[in-house]
Amino acid sequence: MKSSVIIFPGSNCDRDMDVALKKFGFKNQMVWHNDTNLPKSDLIVLPGGFSYGDYLRCGSIAGKSKIIGSVKEFAESGGLVLGICNGFQILTETGLLTGVLQQNKYLDFICQNVYVKINNNENKYFKNIKKNILELHIAHNEGNYFCSNDELKSLEDNSQIAVTYCDSEGIENIQNNPNGALKNIAGIFNKKKNILGMMPHPERMIEKCLSGEDGSLFFKNLLENLK
Amino acid sequence: MIIKVIVTLKNGVLDPQGKAIQQTLNGMGYSDVNEIRQGKYFDIDIKENDEKKARIKVEEMCKKLLANLVIEDYKIV
Repeated sequence: MKSSVIIFPGSNCDRDMDVALKKFGFKNQMVWHNDTNLPKSDLIVLPGGFSYGDYLRCGSIAGKSKIIGSVKEFAESGGLVLGICNGFQILTETGLLTGVLQQNKYLDFICQNVYVKINNNENKYFKNIKKNILELHIAHNEGNYFCSNDELKSLEDNSQIAVTYCDSEGIENIQNNPNGALKNIAGIFNKKKNILGMMPHPERMIEKCLSGEDGSLFFKNLLENLK
Repeated sequence: MIIKVIVTLKNGVLDPQGKAIQQTLNGMGYSDVNEIRQGKYFDIDIKENDEKKARIKVEEMCKKLLANLVIEDYKIV
């Protein structure tokens, strides 16, 4: 399976993602934001980081990059697009995903492990995944997911809420919502479920020495589902 | 011609920075400050002499880039 990771000026999880994808068997290529054509890919990843120094709004400037036109075309034709952290912010800024990531409610940069619950398994990302609650890592200043009531209803009606912050037992409440996100939302899909944006970083949890391996489950499973 | 734009958070959208500034001002003794909403201000120098046309262009820029209409409003002043 072929994957492409897009690099923006200020991306800083691009190489972590490259290592993770290759470790689990993807043939990965790095693509510069100023390119206009995407290599043939089964998966496009928009990595985490601080594209354009988070100027204006996180992800807003990267969302106007030259490569984004091809990413949109790829996504609209049903291709898998995964946005992690800043990648999620870019996906909302381009309009490929609903809503916006606002500054964390308590104004702090959060860097910690969290548990997230998978809310929908009927998609290429989570089908047949061995666990329903994953321990992943978050590191962000703007991860407070927000959308209008109508948009939230539409997300719920179409089962687009992908992952939610919870405790190790899967209980979602205000105590285990790190950033004030609406309904503990950590990640969402588009309607067709081929685009996934999420704040947690699976690529940071692929070795025991990196404090956990639940990210490995995610990548292994994704690869199996793409075969 | 310079067109000025102010982008603010929509009413009801949480503004934690504004809240922190308000609390700090309250702590400094300005106890009559009820609320602060922080925004962004842009001076846009545009090569266009017709003000009407310039404002139309800037409005387009606001919708496409300067403001995120999910949470922000813009005002051309």
